[in-house]
Amino acid sequence: MQPQVADEAAAGRHAASTSRTRRAARPHPPHQAGGPWWRSRKVKGLGYAAPTAAFVTVFFLLPLLLVGQMSLSDWPLLAGNRGGNAPENYTDITDGTLFWPAVRFTLLYTVIVTVILLGLALLLALLVQEHRPGVGFFRTVYFLPGALGLASASLLFWGLYSPTTGPLSPLLEGLGLVDEPVSFLGAPTSALLSTVFLVVWKFAGFYMLILLVGLQRIPHEVYEAARMDGADRWQIFRRITLPLLRPSLALTLLLCATGSLLAFDQFFILTKGGPDNSTVTIVQLIYREAFQRLDLGTAAALSIIVLAVLLLLNVLQFRGLRRADEP
Amino acid sequence: MRTETMGLKNTLSRTPYYVLAGGLAVIFLFPLVWNAWASVSGQPGTAQESGYGFGNYRTLLDYDAGLWRYLLNSTIVSALTVALTLGVSLLGGYAFARFDFPGKNLLFLLTLAILMVPYATLLIPLYVLLGRLHLQNSLIGLSLVLAMFQLPFATFMMRISFEAVPRELEESALVDGCGTSGALRRILLPAVRPGLITVGLFAFLAAWNDFIAPLILISDSEKAPLPLAIANLRQQSMGAVDYGATEAGVVVLAVPCLLLFLLLQRHYMRGFMSGALKG
Repeated sequence: MQPQVADEAAAGRHAASTSRTRRAARPHPPHQAGGPWWRSRKVKGLGYAAPTAAFVTVFFLLPLLLVGQMSLSDWPLLAGNRGGNAPENYTDITDGTLFWPAVRFTLLYTVIVTVILLGLALLLALLVQEHRPGVGFFRTVYFLPGALGLASASLLFWGLYSPTTGPLSPLLEGLGLVDEPVSFLGAPTSALLSTVFLVVWKFAGFYMLILLVGLQRIPHEVYEAARMDGADRWQIFRRITLPLLRPSLALTLLLCATGSLLAFDQFFILTKGGPDNSTVTIVQLIYREAFQRLDLGTAAALSIIVLAVLLLLNVLQFRGLRRADEP
Repeated sequence: MRTETMGLKNTLSRTPYYVLAGGLAVIFLFPLVWNAWASVSGQPGTAQESGYGFGNYRTLLDYDAGLWRYLLNSTIVSALTVALTLGVSLLGGYAFARFDFPGKNLLFLLTLAILMVPYATLLIPLYVLLGRLHLQNSLIGLSLVLAMFQLPFATFMMRISFEAVPRELEESALVDGCGTSGALRRILLPAVRPGLITVGLFAFLAAWNDFIAPLILISDSEKAPLPLAIANLRQQSMGAVDYGATEAGVVVLAVPCLLLFLLLQRHYMRGFMSGALKG
């Protein structure tokens, strides 16, 4: 999201300068009560922006400062602030037995989800790219799960995976693939893969849309020229579609990686971190520190670490995107 | 004759496409269809033991504080979040698009920066902060937080909506003696309506579906919004799991979202496209 911030800053500057030159060239709007019109306009602008400023200050900047302070303090949930203890909260994190397994698991989950999700999303985007009968229907159907909330989708799959009433176990038995009811969420690997399947189902259509926008921005002439030169489908895909799609792919990669690193709802609802704490993600760890171990200080320190990692990821991605934009 | 063979060839070459695209469509639709069917069909251990009927929905009506209470909570939170998001981003978008004021670019950057900070990182201090503001365990506090998380998208969307309106429209209104607020109300508001619909739609869906914010900020089960209530329902029936009631709950949660998506598909896509383009 870094790039868009920078783009916007540039756009803002641009808009500001053009509006200044434009306004100088035309007669001034009539004076508002008191003072030169530009001053009252400045004050009015501030007035209109005031609610935004209040929201950003109270619910964003203040909590950001507070989480920093909390991460450096002994701060039990019930007793409140008991004074600074830096850097104890940070050293406590790595002492916790769940920390490294959670880091490993979150990274593993992120890699698996990102690879499968982007691969499938690209396939879907290619399938619905061209106009042909029924393509609108397919677009809508692929996107439909994206309209649900993640918590609703997780609750849905929790029933779907049920060994007693879910339809999947009988289906697999009927196909002769297994001989006894499958406990999808009962073993670490299958719990992970079952959650991955849910997330892919829920988000594939969303990433398909982003890639579809990218695909449709590739000019037709480029394809025609390649076909004239005798390139086959695979060559066109490798040499033209993929390179020109790189900015969209980079965006989906960033969104998908960020979302997966912060995974919470799906594991909280489907696996509750189990079996045997094998599917505890970092954000679940923050939740556990805060509301089960009642230690807000350590939870805040973990939050700060997650924030730092994400900012780093955004910076790296920004560099990658900038390179992708260069011809 | 020639066209006939061409047609046949076309059909043949299209068949693999429709097999693949259709097969995928079945996989994408299956969970939704199964859940809707399972919520009204008989299962042992649920209120709907056999046959078809709405037993599971009746369980929901009587569960704890009752389905109506949870629906009301979700409606209050969604309505407040939508109203706050629309109000703040309408004024803010107008300010960013049409006015120069000190700190303008900084404030815009800070608003977008909300996107870069993980949800969980902010929720821990917000839990403490809302306590100090006496908004802990309150639907108003929850709505304020949810509206804040909507601001980056909403402000961006409203800013580009205002920037797309020709300046001449607004200036003629100013010449005619409208103040800036009059110009906003009479001239600009109709012009930015599509942007407002998109922003409102996304704010509603986010508020209706959010799970982790109420999980952390709402401690009283009477005040739980629907997703949290349905998730809690699974654990509370004396060890035995009521899958039927959960499936009914998923239907209640999903139907408004699916309907809004199908009705407002164009606005939906606009939001996603601008999300894709701005990135």
